[in-house]
Amino acid sequence: MVDNPNNIEIKPGDFEPLDKQAGPDNEKIAAPSLTFGQDVWRRLKSNKTAFTSFIILILLFLMAFGGQAIYHQNPNDQEPKYANLPPKIPGVGIHGLNGHINQGGTDVDAYKAAGAGSDVHYTLGTDYLGRDLLARIMYGTRVSLEIALIATLIDLTIGVGFGILSGWMGGRVDMFMQRIIEILSSIPSLVVMVLMATAFQKTGMASIIAALAIINWTTMARLTRAQTLQMKNQDFILAARTLGESAPKIAWKHLLPNLSSVIIIQTMFTIPNAIFFEAFLSYIGIGISSPQASLGTLISDGQKNFQFLPYQMWYPAIVLIVLMLAFNLLGDGMRDAFDPKSKR
Amino acid sequence: MENPENIIEVRNLQIDFHTYAGEVKAIRDVSFDLRKGETLAIVGESGSGKSVTTRSLMGLLAPNAVIKSGSIMFHDEDIIKKSEKDMQHIRGKDIAMIFQDPMTSLDPTMRIGLQIAEPLMKHKGLKKKEAVAQALEMLKLVGITDPENRINDYPYQFSGGMRQRIVIAIALVCYPEVLIADEPTTALDVTIQAQILDLMKDLQNRIDTSIIFITHDLGVVAGMADRVAVMYAGKIVEYGTVDEIFFNPQHPYTWGLLNSMPTLDTEGGSLSAIPGTPPDLLDPPVGDAFAARSDYAMKIDTEKEPPFFKVSDTHYAATWLLHPDAPKVTPPAEIVRRQKKFATMQKPEAPIKHETKE
Amino acid sequence: MRKYLLKRIFYLFLTLFIVATATFFLMKLMPGTPLQNEAKLTASEKASILAQYGLDKPVWLQYFIYIGGIFKGSLGLSFQFSDQAVSYLIGSRMGPSMQLGGQAMVVGVIFGIILGAVGAIRKDTWADRLATVLSILGIAVPSFVLAILLQYYLGLKLGWFPVAGWEGFAYTILPTLALAASPLAETARFIRTDMVDVLSSDYIELAKAKGLSKFGIVYHHALRNSLIPMVTLIGPLAAALMTGSMVVENIFSVPGIGEQFVKSILVNDYPTIMGVTIFYSALLCLLLLLTDIVYGIIDPRIRLSGNGD
Ligand SMILES: Nc1ncnc2c1ncn2[C@@H]1O[C@H](COP(=O)(O)OP(=O)(O)O)[C@@H](O)[C@H]1O
Ligand SMILES: [Mg+2]
Repeated sequence: MVDNPNNIEIKPGDFEPLDKQAGPDNEKIAAPSLTFGQDVWRRLKSNKTAFTSFIILILLFLMAFGGQAIYHQNPNDQEPKYANLPPKIPGVGIHGLNGHINQGGTDVDAYKAAGAGSDVHYTLGTDYLGRDLLARIMYGTRVSLEIALIATLIDLTIGVGFGILSGWMGGRVDMFMQRIIEILSSIPSLVVMVLMATAFQKTGMASIIAALAIINWTTMARLTRAQTLQMKNQDFILAARTLGESAPKIAWKHLLPNLSSVIIIQTMFTIPNAIFFEAFLSYIGIGISSPQASLGTLISDGQKNFQFLPYQMWYPAIVLIVLMLAFNLLGDGMRDAFDPKSKR
Repeated sequence: MENPENIIEVRNLQIDFHTYAGEVKAIRDVSFDLRKGETLAIVGESGSGKSVTTRSLMGLLAPNAVIKSGSIMFHDEDIIKKSEKDMQHIRGKDIAMIFQDPMTSLDPTMRIGLQIAEPLMKHKGLKKKEAVAQALEMLKLVGITDPENRINDYPYQFSGGMRQRIVIAIALVCYPEVLIADEPTTALDVTIQAQILDLMKDLQNRIDTSIIFITHDLGVVAGMADRVAVMYAGKIVEYGTVDEIFFNPQHPYTWGLLNSMPTLDTEGGSLSAIPGTPPDLLDPPVGDAFAARSDYAMKIDTEKEPPFFKVSDTHYAATWLLHPDAPKVTPPAEIVRRQKKFATMQKPEAPIKHETKE
Repeated sequence: MRKYLLKRIFYLFLTLFIVATATFFLMKLMPGTPLQNEAKLTASEKASILAQYGLDKPVWLQYFIYIGGIFKGSLGLSFQFSDQAVSYLIGSRMGPSMQLGGQAMVVGVIFGIILGAVGAIRKDTWADRLATVLSILGIAVPSFVLAILLQYYLGLKLGWFPVAGWEGFAYTILPTLALAASPLAETARFIRTDMVDVLSSDYIELAKAKGLSKFGIVYHHALRNSLIPMVTLIGPLAAALMTGSMVVENIFSVPGIGEQFVKSILVNDYPTIMGVTIFYSALLCLLLLLTDIVYGIIDPRIRLSGNGD
């Protein structure tokens, strides 16, 4: 292509050997190295959907667990004369939030019709017993979240424990434990829950938590077992073993940290699943029962008046849907963030 | 085409990749020719840009790739300017490709006969039956035993070596003018490697195709290639005939590659991998990209990019060491030994054009 | 393969046996007899009713009678509808449930595949985002909420479809839609993930290198490879449909098993609860076994090795 180029400007000293030690930019460090956690957090933040979901979840948690500090209405106070009032926020004129409803084509001030003074207003209206709907939704969300979180925690403990044990022991123990999982997962989870919920009816939250915890752990156990099997023969585990560390210690110090991404991701999907099943059971009437509330019972109550007062179902339904959406989207985002393959 | 003997002429190719971290300048001004009937080997450490270069010949770059400049002439037409539809008529018919891992290159759910027949149905308009009949011939050609019975088997029923033979059959079934083999033997056992290389040489003679043979292992190049191009950090740093590269290398990077190559006649087996790592192509260094890892680096290597210096009519290298004013250095012992051998290989009536540096 | 099948069938029966046993004893823990609503009966009348249900015998004997009955296809008598055998009750309500479930499965899987495939092929475009939003919504909106909304807006307000009941094909449309949402979403997500993987695999690269068109690649190579693992989703989808059918049948007054199940739960009709439980479990087990066999047949990779994965 090119013959020996002659027109190159050469300055004196150009052909001096390069002093490697002195050269400042020979071994440049490309980027400050991040810890795994920092890296995951950075990637999560760069995923707008997941990050928004994360913020929404925080807000919902604040509302459910701290909302009462600001909004003082008691969720169980009944005011029969103010039953079925529509939402009213003072100073807001938008239809649907001004306390008016449409009755047979004419606009009616429902608050006036109920004989309520001008100081009476319910932000999201009242239910059929005259209970403040916003207070009930906050309360119901809290109950739903509590149930889902506790159930997930139990799930996690059983699932991870079972998985690690099964993978670590291997051989016959593993075989036997795998059969148990196989059998359990070929029973429809619905059936297990209905049975549990029916059998321990009227014990309230406990029975639902037990029912939820029983069905979900098999997936977690499968995942942790697979990971444990993979890791079992890796150098750092083998090293710990030859150093004579006990099995529980190895599991705690070496296995768990390396399992954490799998566990966290799976948890992100277990929680909404638990929220759904709780709502489902409460909706069909074998979950939480009055005067306690959960998103499921609120939807079930609201449905009765849906034709005339659709907000009574819409609001709890929206909270439920947003919760499910946010958890699922966050879960998706976490999966991407933890996945070293998707390093973009 | 600048030279009628050339079948492909790549000029000043520059390819970037858009990534989150910035623009990866993967190919930085690459030019080379492929002659009719020859085998051109492109060697270089992994990440040097061999695959990206050859993918651009197929029009198969990743969606985040941008061709910044350059041309790829094939039959007097620029491949870069062709539409995806036009490329579909070239791929598999005029230019075919073999990939690295035969275990994953075949569709696990399709009978191999049909997989070999597919290009024929696409490019030659054959009916399925005729195409499968030709596929059978191809299976015989690539040395699958009992092809009549195996043509309806699925990939999982074959060993790795056999699968690579099938992939070769797929690539060659339309008798392409150019075959690109991207590390075709890297995933195989050493004994199988030799068989596949023999098969490729044999088929090249029968089918009369030009081969671009990519590898990071100079060891497999010797018996295979006519010419060799050495790539580093998105550039070609040296090219020449196989003898010139093996026995009279000029670029310190080529020295390093040869030094780290296990050979039967390596005295004492002083095997040494090149220390350090290739530069970050997000922000490629000024001058000679290899300077940071080179024992022979000079001040100018960090300031100016070396042009190609001519060693012989067929041999060029981009290193400042070849500048007339540069100090004479002594290459590593193994390279000196090779250069001595090279001197004796040259016939007396054809003296060495360029002084070897000893 | 045969040995594997026999083993699987053995586990199927073992599973059902465990379910039946667990169900039986859980229900025995519960208060309540068929007499609940008939408090004014004389002692002898009560005794004769208890005898009719076999409740006068010791528990262990009842258990053996119950398990023995299952082998003869008997699931005992319903408390709620005295004189009606549970197996008859289930049988008479199977039709609508199977029709709804089948329709929902077909609709959900077909549209789910389309949605998922479009998302994967047009990855990171607006089409992909739309498909993702739809499938996430399908998972986030519980079937009972969706059913109520469909019933009110499409049935009552717009009057396009019958609001409730079971008198012809038009009556199946809304419940089918409500039920199909979840399998649709699950399928779409599954296929998208799977197909994105497949589309980045080496054999797709080779197919491109052959010069195949985009359509040819998707149709001949990608779709086939992503659909095969899809078979394993059938079991979980069926389980989700069982869950959904309980509320959806109830909301649309479909005389199916799900609707009956909810009623039985609410009135503590234990024999029916037990019967439906065993029925659902058997159905799911059979489906899982079937999908396993089908998977083995259609996936050439595992045809010889005999068991999945
Ligand atoms: N799709 C892509 N996006 C970003 N960078 C890429 C992409 N493909 C290749 N590269 C970069 O281009 C460079 C050359 O890669 P490649 O040609 O595959 O190397 P080789 O085949 O020589 O091992 C590498 O630094 C690689 O990281
Ligand atoms: Mg490569």
